[in-house]
Amino acid sequence: MSIMDMTAVELSAAIKSGATTAVEAAQIMLDQIEKQDAVYNCYVTVDREGALKQAEEVQARIESGECSGPLAGVPAAIKDNMCIEGMLTTCSSKILSNFVPAYTAEAVLNLKKAGAVILGKANMDEFAMGSTTETSAYGVTRNPWDTDRVPGGSSGGCAAAVAADECFYALGSDTGGSIRQPASYCGTVGMKPTYGTVSRYGLIAYGSSLDQIGPLTKDVTDCAAGLQTIASHDVKDSTSIERGDTDFMSALIDDVRGMRIGIPRDYFGEGLDEEVKEAVLRAAKELEQRGAAVEEFDLSLTEYAIPTYYTIAAAEASSNLERFDGIKYGYRAGDYSGLHNMYKKTRSEGFGEEVKRRIMLGSFVLSSGYYDAYYLKALRVKALIKKAFDDAFSKYDVILGPVAPTTAPRLGSSLADPIKMYLGDIYTIAVNLAGLPAISLPCGADRNGLPIGLQLIGDCFQEKKLIQTAYTYEKIRGAFPSAGKKEVE
Amino acid sequence: MKEYETVIGLEVHVELATKTKIFCGCSTAFGAAPNTQTCPVCTGMPGSLPVLNKQVLEYAIAVGLAANCDITRYSKFDRKNYFYPDNPQNYQISQLYLPICRNGGVEIETEDGGTKIIGIHEIHMEEDAGKLIHDDWEDCSLVDFNRSGVPLIEIVSEPDMRSAKEVIAYLEKLRLIIQYLGASDCKLQEGSMRADVNLSVRPVGEKGFGTRTEMKNLNSFKAISRAIEGEAERQIDLIESGEKVIQETRRWDDAKGESYAMRSKEDAQDYRYFPDPDLAPVVVSDEMLADIRARQPEFRNEKMKRYKEEFDIPDYDIEIITGSKHMADLFEAAAAICRQPKKVSNWLMVETMRLMKEKEVEAEDLRFSPENLAKLIMLTDSKAINSTVAKEVFEVMFDANVDPEQYVEEKGLKTVNDEGALRRTVEEVIAANPQSVADYHNGKEKAIGFLVGQTMKAMKGKADPASVNRILKELL
Repeated sequence: MSIMDMTAVELSAAIKSGATTAVEAAQIMLDQIEKQDAVYNCYVTVDREGALKQAEEVQARIESGECSGPLAGVPAAIKDNMCIEGMLTTCSSKILSNFVPAYTAEAVLNLKKAGAVILGKANMDEFAMGSTTETSAYGVTRNPWDTDRVPGGSSGGCAAAVAADECFYALGSDTGGSIRQPASYCGTVGMKPTYGTVSRYGLIAYGSSLDQIGPLTKDVTDCAAGLQTIASHDVKDSTSIERGDTDFMSALIDDVRGMRIGIPRDYFGEGLDEEVKEAVLRAAKELEQRGAAVEEFDLSLTEYAIPTYYTIAAAEASSNLERFDGIKYGYRAGDYSGLHNMYKKTRSEGFGEEVKRRIMLGSFVLSSGYYDAYYLKALRVKALIKKAFDDAFSKYDVILGPVAPTTAPRLGSSLADPIKMYLGDIYTIAVNLAGLPAISLPCGADRNGLPIGLQLIGDCFQEKKLIQTAYTYEKIRGAFPSAGKKEVE
Repeated sequence: MKEYETVIGLEVHVELATKTKIFCGCSTAFGAAPNTQTCPVCTGMPGSLPVLNKQVLEYAIAVGLAANCDITRYSKFDRKNYFYPDNPQNYQISQLYLPICRNGGVEIETEDGGTKIIGIHEIHMEEDAGKLIHDDWEDCSLVDFNRSGVPLIEIVSEPDMRSAKEVIAYLEKLRLIIQYLGASDCKLQEGSMRADVNLSVRPVGEKGFGTRTEMKNLNSFKAISRAIEGEAERQIDLIESGEKVIQETRRWDDAKGESYAMRSKEDAQDYRYFPDPDLAPVVVSDEMLADIRARQPEFRNEKMKRYKEEFDIPDYDIEIITGSKHMADLFEAAAAICRQPKKVSNWLMVETMRLMKEKEVEAEDLRFSPENLAKLIMLTDSKAINSTVAKEVFEVMFDANVDPEQYVEEKGLKTVNDEGALRRTVEEVIAANPQSVADYHNGKEKAIGFLVGQTMKAMKGKADPASVNRILKELL
C-alpha cells in the first residue's frame, strides 16, 4: 500500500514498524501540497521547514519508545483559528494578517505531545463565519471532488486537505456545523464532540458557548483516534469538563444490535435534496438490517434552531471580536485621525462583509431595549431545544439524519443570498445549541459524483455510541474513495 | 429659600489583596516595570480564556457576610462592552444580572450620637483595566497592562446618606470591615479604594428623588466632603434659579475645589451587557459558605468588647487601637510578648500617634514590628535604657523598624549602672556648680533639677535619672 492510501492510524503503525518514517510521510504531504495546493488552496500557511524538523524529532521519540500513541508521526493540518506559538494565525482575516501567537492552543499541544507533525494552517471562512470557505481573506478553497464547487465551511480547508491527501487528518472547529458540513461535502469523516470535551484555550472564539474543536479524518477509526488524542480536561478553560471516558477507540466495534436509532421526520421535509434523502435513508435501512432498532419520530422545534443560533452566535461574536481593534496586534489602518477614527477604519478595512454582518446583528440583539426580545428569548429557545433532544434521547441512543440539505454547491452561488446559506445549516446547528456530540461520514454520492454525508447525533457524553454506529456503518458501506487520487486538471 | 435635603448613594470600588489577578495567574504586585505582569489572558490575546480566582470569590463573600448581605448562591459574570485602549478585550468582565451579594447594610454612627443603617444594594466582582500613559516626548499614548485583571469588588449603597459626615462614616465603616478581613488595604490615595458619589437634592419633606449626578475622581475623605458640599450647593443654586439639574457624570478637581461635567446621560454608552459564555456560573455551596463564615475574623465591635474584658486600658485607647486592624494586631502581638498591655497601649497612644501626625503616616502603614516594640518596653523595664533614650530609639524604629537591642548596643546607649562612675560624675558636678549647691541648701528645691541635668549631660544621657537623684541628695 502506498503511504498516501493509508489512514492516519495505518500510517502511524507503518512508522512504528519501520516500514516508513515520519520524515518520509511529511515529505510526501509537502510534495502533494506543492503539487496541488495552488489549485485547491487548502492552506493559508504551510510550514515546510518546521514540519520536517518536527518529523525528525517525532521519529526519534518514536524510535526511543517515548511516543507510541495511535497518531504518532502522522502529519496533520490545523484550522487557522487555533493559535500555534510562532506560526502565523489569521482566522482567514485581514485583521489578523500579521498575527503570530505567543502560545499554542491546548488541543494542538495535546496533538504535539502525541507525536503529530503540524504541516500548516488550513483555510477557513473568516472567523469561522460562513458555510463555504468563500469568506476567507486568502482566497476560496476548492472542493477536490469538483474544483468548481465549494468544500463547505467553515472548516473547508481542513476537509479539502484531508480529501485531497494534503494531510492525513485535520483539526477543525464546529460552531454550527463547521466540521460536519465540510466533511460531508468533501467525503471525509468529521466529528463535533460534546461541548467541554476539548479545551477551547487557544481557539480564537466565534460563538464561545457553541465552539468546539474536533477531528476531520479519512475514516471513523482515525476520528476516534483523533478525538481521543485531543480530549482533555483543561483548567485554563472554565467550560472544560473532566470526564474519564475518552478512550474513544474502545468503541470501534462492528455491531449495532439493539442500538435504538431515531429518525427525525423534521429532518426530511421540504428543502432536502432527493438524492441526499435516499442515501441517508438507505444507510438507516442498512443499519436496521444489522440489528439496530430504527424508527421515525418528531423532534420538534427544528425551525427555531436557525434564528436561535444566529442570535446567540452573532451576539457572542460581536463581543468576542471587539478585541481586534488595531491597538495590540493585527492589522491597523494606515491613515487615521484620532482614536475613534482608528478603530473605525481598522475594523472597516480589516473585517470582511460576512463578519461585519454578524457583528452588526450581534450588537443589535444585545442592545438595550432589544436584549430581552432577542437574546434572552433565544436563550430560552435554546433551553427548549435541549429539552427536545433530552426527550428524544430517553427513547433513542442515536439520532440519524442528513448533514446538509444538498451536496456541495457551486462556487459563488451561496454568498449572494446569505439567508439561503444560513438555512443550509438547519440539520447541524441544533446540535451545537444543545451541546451534543455528532459525527458526519460519507454515505454515498449524487449523480455528479459528489459525496453525501450521514449525520449521527448522540446524547451528551455518548460519543462512543456514535463511533460504534458509524464504525459499523462504515463496514457495511465499504471503502469510500478519496478525491486526492484524481489528477488536478 | 426652601430648605433642602441632600440624598447620597455611593459606588465604592475596592481592589482586593489577592496575590494573583482575577482571571489569570499574573501577579498583582504594584510598581513592577510596565507589562511585565501580563499573559495572554490579561492582555486580551486571541483564544485566551478567563478562569476565576477562587480567592476573589471568597473575599467578595466574606465582605458580603460582614455587610449583612444575602449571598447569591447561583451567580454569573457578564461582559460590559465598550472600546477603550486600556481595556484589552474591549469588554470588562463584571456582574450585572446576578451579583454575588445583595440586600445588605452597615450601621454607622450619626452626628447626633445615634445610629443608622446604610443599605447596600449589591456587591459585585469585576476586573480592573490597564493604565494609559501619555508620552509627551513622542506624543503618543502607551498602555501598561500590569493592572489589567486586578480584582475589584464594587459595593453599591442605597441612597441612604444625607450628609458628607454620614458618607465618611460609611466609608470608614466599610474600610474597617475590609481591612479586618484582610481583603484590601483600602487606600484612597493609592486608588485601592475609590468612591463615586451619586447625589441629588430635594426639598425637605419630599418623598421623590431629585435628578442625580455622579461625581468621580475623589481621592481623599477631604475631597469627598468638599465635593459633596460643593455639588449640593450647585444643585440647590440651579433649582433656586429655576434651572434644571442635568443627569450627568462630573469630575471633581480638588485643586480648584470645583467639578465639571464629563458626560451627560444622552452620551451614555450602551454597554450591551450579556452573560460571559467563557465563565461557568458561580455556584456557592453550603460547605463553602459555612467555611467562609467560620473563618470570619473578630471584627471591631467584638474586639472592643474583648479588650475591655482582657486589658486594663482606657476605653478611649481601645477605640483608637481597634480603629485600625494593623494597630490592633500590633497591640495584641506586642502585649503578648512583653505582657505589659498598658505600656504597649501607651506607646501606641502617645509616641506612635505623635510621630504619625508629624510624619503623616497612616495606621495601616506603621512599619515597626510588635517584637521590636515589646523589646523596647522590656529594655526600659529592666532599666537598661532610660525613657529619654527609649523615645529616641523608638523614633528610629518608627522609621526603619530597627531591632532596639541591637541599636542600643551599637550606639552605646545603655544606661551606666556603674555606681562608682556615677558617684564620681556627681561629685564633679557638685564641685563645678557651687552656686546651685548653695541654692539647694538655701531651700531652692529646683536647684537639684539643674544638677541632675548637668549630670545626665556629663553621662551623655545614659544614666538612670532616679539613681542620679538619689546620689545627689546623698552627697549634698
